[in-house]
Amino acid sequence: MAYEKRLDGRKLDETRPIEAKTGVIERADGSAMFKIGDTIAYAAVYGPRELYPRFMQDPEKGIIRVNYNMMPFSGSGDRIRPGPNRRAKEISMVIEKALLSVVDLDKFPNSVVDIFIELPQTDAGTRCAGICASAMALADAGIVMKDLVSSVAVGSVDSTVVADLSYDEEAYDGVVSDIPIAILPNTEEIVLLQMDGEISKENLLKAVKLGKKVCKDIYKIQKKAIKEKYELKGESKKESASSGKGGDKNE
Amino acid sequence: MSKLLTKDKEVVVPGEHLAEGMDYLPGAGTYREGEKIISSVLGLTRIEGRAIKLIPLSGKYLPKRGDMIIGRVFEIAFSGWRIDTESAYQAMLNMREATSDFIPKGANLTKYFDFGDYIVCKITNVTSQNLIDITMKGPGLRKLKGGRVIKVNCHKVPRIIGKKGSMVSMIKKATDCKIIVGQNGVIWLQGEDPKMELLAVKTIKKIEKEAHINGLTDRIKKYLEKETGKKIETDRGEQ
Repeated sequence: MAYEKRLDGRKLDETRPIEAKTGVIERADGSAMFKIGDTIAYAAVYGPRELYPRFMQDPEKGIIRVNYNMMPFSGSGDRIRPGPNRRAKEISMVIEKALLSVVDLDKFPNSVVDIFIELPQTDAGTRCAGICASAMALADAGIVMKDLVSSVAVGSVDSTVVADLSYDEEAYDGVVSDIPIAILPNTEEIVLLQMDGEISKENLLKAVKLGKKVCKDIYKIQKKAIKEKYELKGESKKESASSGKGGDKNE
Repeated sequence: MSKLLTKDKEVVVPGEHLAEGMDYLPGAGTYREGEKIISSVLGLTRIEGRAIKLIPLSGKYLPKRGDMIIGRVFEIAFSGWRIDTESAYQAMLNMREATSDFIPKGANLTKYFDFGDYIVCKITNVTSQNLIDITMKGPGLRKLKGGRVIKVNCHKVPRIIGKKGSMVSMIKKATDCKIIVGQNGVIWLQGEDPKMELLAVKTIKKIEKEAHINGLTDRIKKYLEKETGKKIETDRGEQ
């Protein structure tokens, strides 16, 4: 039997509900929360700041360091052993490479930008949520970037191409493939593409195309969330409306 | 045909298309890709004739020669002090630049500036590797005694100072506080009345939060008048 109706009743190209917000961590230089279905990612950006040990310093440009971490209680029951493991280290590395393609730290030699991705709750698609959150947090921190990065997991479940797989779909009894993809939304350049499982060539091409489309929708949500922090709220809105054009013009 | 894709004073995120065509020029915070002008930081657009630039809304302080900053002594070296500048780089205050007094060989340098002291200083040089040299020789450059230090986003400093210092002098007048604003976003305040000192801190935080919204000076004036209960006269009728 083919997989026609999705387990949670979504359309094939529909993502789980997304929520995004920036400025969620007060003491960080930039921060963001990205929630997709039951997967929640927080990203905190610190820096550019001094980098030690010294041998890691690059005298030509600043570097970035990504730390991906699933919290012990984030899984679906068993406690996840805290600390870096092989999986977390690899994911940190691929996210770092994906983000490195957009950030420009030429003005900050010998420095580092630290990105901490924390996942308090997970239900598949964590590296994609992490990438979305870190791109927003980097922008929030005022880092020079040529574009944002949007990311989503696509794949096929029983030869049906779907977007944003949930954990239940990844664990579906049949041939499943899971393809996390990250793109620069304005140029469609792919900065991350991984695959788990099996997929036919036609479906792979279809899935990548779908991924690009979904990423662009996610980009709109990211953009809105970053700008929301700077919108007027409540009292000051009325006041500035009444003072109108008489406002100050200095910088 | 050139086309503008944004308005003046709009918040844009990195990667947004601001204009198309060669009639517009990319300014600070933007870059050109083919025919397009694209933003590279989170900022507020400013269109000045043909040039499009961005005023950043966030980001760390980048040291610049001639800036007056407030720093903290965190290390004492053989020939001077190392100063934390709230940027990605530390500054070096040489003995010769620290004071006009004669410092004998092997003297205890903590006599002049101790660990944790805040100082007002001026950047004399920044190298390509962003090594910062600072001096204490100049009007108003000194060690800070007492008071409190707060930190704000360095990109909001021009708004906190205001046109020709109008904003900061308004806060000074309303709260009777001494205020020194460093370009690196470190601000020192000292007031006779702790309540007023707190109000000055609150006002500065309010400016930091609302700096990009129109009618800032009026709003801050109203806020200060409400909180202090006295009328504030702005000199020269500016704004």
